[in-house]
Amino acid sequence: MQYRLGIDVGGTNTDAVLIDDNLAIVADFKQPTSEDVYGGILDALKNILEISKVDRLLITKAMLGTTQCTNAIIERKHLAPVGILRIGAPASVAIPPMIDWSPSLRQVAVASVIVGGGYEYNGKEIAPLDTVATRNFFTSLKGKVEAVAISCVFACVRNDQELAAAALCREVMGDEVHISISSEIGSMGLVERENATILNAALHKVAKTFTDGFNASLRQEGLVNAELYLSQNDGTLMTMEHARRYPILTIACGPTNSIRGADYLCALKESVVIDVGGTTTDIGVIQNGFPRESGVAVSIGGVRTNFRMPDVISIGLGGGSIVRQLDNGEVTVGPDSVGYRITQQALVFGGEVLTATDIAVAANLTVLGDPARVAHLDRSLVHKALAVIKALVEDNLDAIKISSDPVDVVLVGGGSIIVPKDIVGARSVRTPDHFGTANAIGSAISKVSGTYEKLVSFDAVPREQALQMAKDEAVTLAVKSGARRETVEIIEVEEVPLAYYPGNTSRVKIKAAGELA
Amino acid sequence: MMMRTIGLDQIEDIALGASLLGAGGGGDPYIGKLMAMGAIREYGPVTLLDPDEIPDDALIVPMAMMGAPTVLAEKAANGRECRALYDVVSTYFGKKVYAFMPMEAGGFNSMFPIVCSATLGLPLVDVDGMGRAFPELQMVTFTIGGVSATPMALTDEKGNAVIFKTISNKWTEELARAVTMSCGGSVAVSLYPMDGKTVKAYGVKRIVTRSEELGKAIRTIKEGTDQSPEARFLQFTGGMRLFRGKICDVLRETRGAFNFGTVVMDGIGDYKGKQAKVEFQNENLTATVDGRIVATVPDLICLVDSETFLPITTDALKYGKRVLVVGLPCFNLWRSPKGLALVGPRYFGCDTDYIPLEERAREVL
Repeated sequence: MQYRLGIDVGGTNTDAVLIDDNLAIVADFKQPTSEDVYGGILDALKNILEISKVDRLLITKAMLGTTQCTNAIIERKHLAPVGILRIGAPASVAIPPMIDWSPSLRQVAVASVIVGGGYEYNGKEIAPLDTVATRNFFTSLKGKVEAVAISCVFACVRNDQELAAAALCREVMGDEVHISISSEIGSMGLVERENATILNAALHKVAKTFTDGFNASLRQEGLVNAELYLSQNDGTLMTMEHARRYPILTIACGPTNSIRGADYLCALKESVVIDVGGTTTDIGVIQNGFPRESGVAVSIGGVRTNFRMPDVISIGLGGGSIVRQLDNGEVTVGPDSVGYRITQQALVFGGEVLTATDIAVAANLTVLGDPARVAHLDRSLVHKALAVIKALVEDNLDAIKISSDPVDVVLVGGGSIIVPKDIVGARSVRTPDHFGTANAIGSAISKVSGTYEKLVSFDAVPREQALQMAKDEAVTLAVKSGARRETVEIIEVEEVPLAYYPGNTSRVKIKAAGELA
Repeated sequence: MMMRTIGLDQIEDIALGASLLGAGGGGDPYIGKLMAMGAIREYGPVTLLDPDEIPDDALIVPMAMMGAPTVLAEKAANGRECRALYDVVSTYFGKKVYAFMPMEAGGFNSMFPIVCSATLGLPLVDVDGMGRAFPELQMVTFTIGGVSATPMALTDEKGNAVIFKTISNKWTEELARAVTMSCGGSVAVSLYPMDGKTVKAYGVKRIVTRSEELGKAIRTIKEGTDQSPEARFLQFTGGMRLFRGKICDVLRETRGAFNFGTVVMDGIGDYKGKQAKVEFQNENLTATVDGRIVATVPDLICLVDSETFLPITTDALKYGKRVLVVGLPCFNLWRSPKGLALVGPRYFGCDTDYIPLEERAREVL
């Protein structure tokens, strides 16, 4: 028997889980996230080895999910200075890079330039790459930055000029410089793709720190046989080397791992996961074992990007949500919450604030604290508050569904006791064991994937043939990322016809995923 | 009316208000907003002129961009397009352009004229030719006034510029589309050049100001406490509530360069048990509640989020969204026989006569 280790470092908790070859859970462990992240990982590791008594040499794979990139952007900490090259003049110059970024985040840019080049929608050159200006720019950056972000107009159609500029950058600035190119990071939409590319470059040091730290922690504990992987936000894994190049892909892997883990624990492949915490509830969708991607632009730390993110609705409802009765008799629940102070402030715990948890206890949904302290509550208030909670959950469940058909619901999280189980719109409501460490489980069970995206003219290549070529490309990419070819499946096919394009053109996006080799 | 300026602070509100007036069309004004921000940062605020302030013989030129929104989202623009258009048009008429104006309220084209005015330091006239958004080039009030779309100037970001003098709008559309494709799918145009007198006679006046006021009101809708947000929304838009419901189906079809479709909603609140449908062709065309038509083009049919009151464009319609459907009366000229021939329900293939929103609503209520 061989084992996989999953570790998830969240803002609040660090979870660890050990699973075997059959993906059965051997042991799990949870502790508060410490200031010293690696000390925390090390502690979690020691504990889980202690509990499970598994031979550490039999652990062959270790997966880490971390919020450190998100934190770095939101807190503006540890971001590396970046030089920004955009290829595309005379197009696009009306919108200089980072135009709507907040001043504090804009500081990551040491210098930026828009040079001649870029493509039309059909791959024709707008202009050849201005190699003189490109070279001069890189020369001016030498000694000032260690990271460069390169984007190009319609790089999502053709990335030759981005690759040529990257080669020039290496030549001028040396092998050590980090280079992010937009065609490998985002999709259609220059501004959003460029934004994601700049963030990616700015995160390269953070990525180096956490990959090195994870590696060192594991080696220190003697897990010498383990191959290391990082969780991505689409629910698949990447190698350490890949993570150093594309750190931005780790953003939001926490909610992704949580909803995948919860779904896995219930042995479903299609479900809606409702994760109720102390202050907020996250609702996400699992389709074919993977989280559904958001179709709209996603903002990270106030910066609009277009790279893939899980489609999650967050609402201000949790175990600590404050319940109020207004003068007109109406009852409100949240969005404010007593948060982590619930164990002091909720009525059942001896406090003075009426919370959603108190309502749940009064309605006999659960037994917690001292039920006598809520026995006096007016029954109509309790009923009204429960109705509000139920309506909030049902409305948002409905909002995330794509049709009116009932769905299987997985209800997880410390605050899930406040939700009545007879949810309208749900075919079934399940609450799995081990859900406290669903994040780490989601990380440990992940597959590896490849995504291929391109504009395809069905007049030039017949549709069936074009789709097959795209699928083959996606499979190849998954195998390149470490999947065993015979296990790779196509998990997503997206085909968007582009109305104004000639040549019957569609944007085709294919994702393939398979088991780790 | 006092002369005022459009600075960075006004951009966000104008874009938001214009997306309501887009009546489902116009798309996401994000790229336009960034361009306007860039131009105002570089060149300073734009002077907004009331139509009554412009001389009768002044040369006024509407500015717009044509092409695919997806191309625009990649290539944006160079920023010098407006200079090329200015030069071509001034040369053609042998006369300096006095001011620019928008052609439509809604989406990118509510922002682009601001970019042009900022860049060239020319004023913007507080007027447009629709008072909303429409899908086709001839659908402007100036057509009623006999103004021709041509000479229409067209330029790309590379600096190519052409000027069209055509025999009909159909030819204008056809030639412009062909050149747009050759130029890479997205170009800047100036069309319906006219004198100040015509602008005053046929234009939809103070539409930029109205967009800004609407945007500001939506942004601050939760700040008043005396009324419910919905009542406030209906009051400041002058709109009539047509339906409140949850989107239960969206049917789409792309034909030509247009997005056709139908959105179906199940009633909530007062409308529980009822069902409504809104048909669209880029913009919303008709609204039907339980089989009965409650509003048609050219009146504005707008879908907004029932909580935030943010406008929802037809490309963002999604199952499960809770929406308020509101009808806003269109500009008066659209209700004339000539106006209805251009943009009435029958032009869009809807088998019904035009009855003003207020009358239809009175019948239903």
